[in-house]
Amino acid sequence: MHTKTLTQLVDGLAKKEFSSTEITQHFINRIKSSKLNAFITVTEDLALEQARVADDRIANNDNGVLTGVPYAHKDIFCTKGVKTSAGSKMLDNFIAPYDSTVSHKLNTAGTVMLGKSNMDEFAMGSSNENSYYGSVKNPWNLNKIPGGSSGGSAASVAARLSPFATGTDTGGSIRQPSSLCGITGLKPTYGRVSRYGMIAYASSLDQAGPMTQTAEDAALVLNVMAGFDSKDSTSSDKNVEDYTAKLEDSIKGLKIGLPKEFFSEGLDDGVAENIMHAIKEFESMGASVKEISLPNSSYAIPTYYIVAPCECSSNLSRMDGVRYGYRCEDPKDLEDLYLRSRSEGFGKEVQRRIMIGAYALSAGYYDAYYLKAQKVRHLISDDFKRAFKDVDVVMGPVSPTTAFDLGSVKDPVSMYLADIYTLSANLAGLPGMSIPAGFSNNLPVGLQLIGNYWSESILLNIAHKFQQQTDWHNKAPKEY
Amino acid sequence: MSLNEEKVSQIAYLARLKLSDEELEINTNELNNILQLVEQLQEIEAEGVEPMAHPLHMSQRLRVDEVKEKDDSNNFQSIAPKTGNGHYLVPTVID
Repeated sequence: MHTKTLTQLVDGLAKKEFSSTEITQHFINRIKSSKLNAFITVTEDLALEQARVADDRIANNDNGVLTGVPYAHKDIFCTKGVKTSAGSKMLDNFIAPYDSTVSHKLNTAGTVMLGKSNMDEFAMGSSNENSYYGSVKNPWNLNKIPGGSSGGSAASVAARLSPFATGTDTGGSIRQPSSLCGITGLKPTYGRVSRYGMIAYASSLDQAGPMTQTAEDAALVLNVMAGFDSKDSTSSDKNVEDYTAKLEDSIKGLKIGLPKEFFSEGLDDGVAENIMHAIKEFESMGASVKEISLPNSSYAIPTYYIVAPCECSSNLSRMDGVRYGYRCEDPKDLEDLYLRSRSEGFGKEVQRRIMIGAYALSAGYYDAYYLKAQKVRHLISDDFKRAFKDVDVVMGPVSPTTAFDLGSVKDPVSMYLADIYTLSANLAGLPGMSIPAGFSNNLPVGLQLIGNYWSESILLNIAHKFQQQTDWHNKAPKEY
Repeated sequence: MSLNEEKVSQIAYLARLKLSDEELEINTNELNNILQLVEQLQEIEAEGVEPMAHPLHMSQRLRVDEVKEKDDSNNFQSIAPKTGNGHYLVPTVID
């Protein structure tokens, strides 16, 4: 049952082949016997209650497409009455008093939350090793990282512990773990999915999206997640399409751009080989390929590591030990309360990024760092604008390597390089996807698709057509 | 631009973080490595380029200022470390 895709489960529920309660219990059992550490909280009782309600709705023909389908919810989304930790000791005792808009939409659709998935603390990390709850293991090889920050969500879908998962992507946090775990992940255009109740890391970059086995599945989930929200002033009021409508369109004549900067030094040979093989597959389907240049993309790392820390230092100032979250023992005065609550509650990487941000925003340095980074961000965005005059989609690797060994990357700067190909899409606000495209040394390789603004349905169409020609997305680790 | 321990200590205080001597040494080293990485930004000529504040160049939406939410303070304060009479309690600030 767990090997079925989301689309197949939807079909089975509609034909009454099984009930939501049956599949929910099945996935809960799988999660409980799993050793991947993919979940921070398993919400068994709540899930079975939601499944019961879903079964009633199905029996009364009062259901939507996803009613009764279980999922893993990244622990960054506030879920009313359920612990929402964001992977941090700071929020280990935080029971969210309200629902994020994404949670609300998923609840209204009748989906069943199996639990809250593990993640790098406050979504800062590329390996899931920054979680207060310990690292998630990659289901393809338990000695490897699953990627981050949505590592629990990616591992959960890859190991078939949940038919789909939610993720958030600030610099690659949906696409990179999707790539490293061999699943399909979509980061929509900035503003497509509401950020309300999604614990903020870098507000001008954060965007939520679906993580699934297939593009078809991702379209169904995005249909539920997307849409304007008056509670998020950066959410877009642009009409939401039916993301399944264009899935079957022909991609004959599709113009693919390959940025030469995405195939330069540092790219693993095995990854490059799989990517080029996937590109050939598209050519055989009638697409044409053109080399393009995104000259400023090499500055994506320094730009991101100014913009994101600046925004996080501001966003995380709310974690002060006063209104919620961790408070140190016996504070001697208010300043001691702030200082100790924050340094005891935050992990090392979070503290580092807060300090970089505090420094870059401090008097005398603002122009040299933040303002300069915002200007370069404009240049990076202009590169894509130019590219999309000539091509329909930009393709390349998601990550320069396959999943690396747990504990092997120790210095922060080397870890930052893992995001080299994913950051640009966030800085420009563009939608991006990772789809399974092969294996190197028995580890999954993801192909990245970056589209123009609001082109989610085109990306899903391209990915779906590829998945009809290939079977990489159907591969699951043997023991699962 | 390179940071010494005194400067890092000052930055930590600005961010209301407390570093032990050992952490101060490690962080000074790591923050300098990160600053060296972001220093690449200075290579780019960006005179006259408009800083990008919003990926879609949207302007802030305004709405009518009206009360929509009900008073839910008990619910919100139930997760606070310390409260009393509807207030959040912290150590005495003024004697």
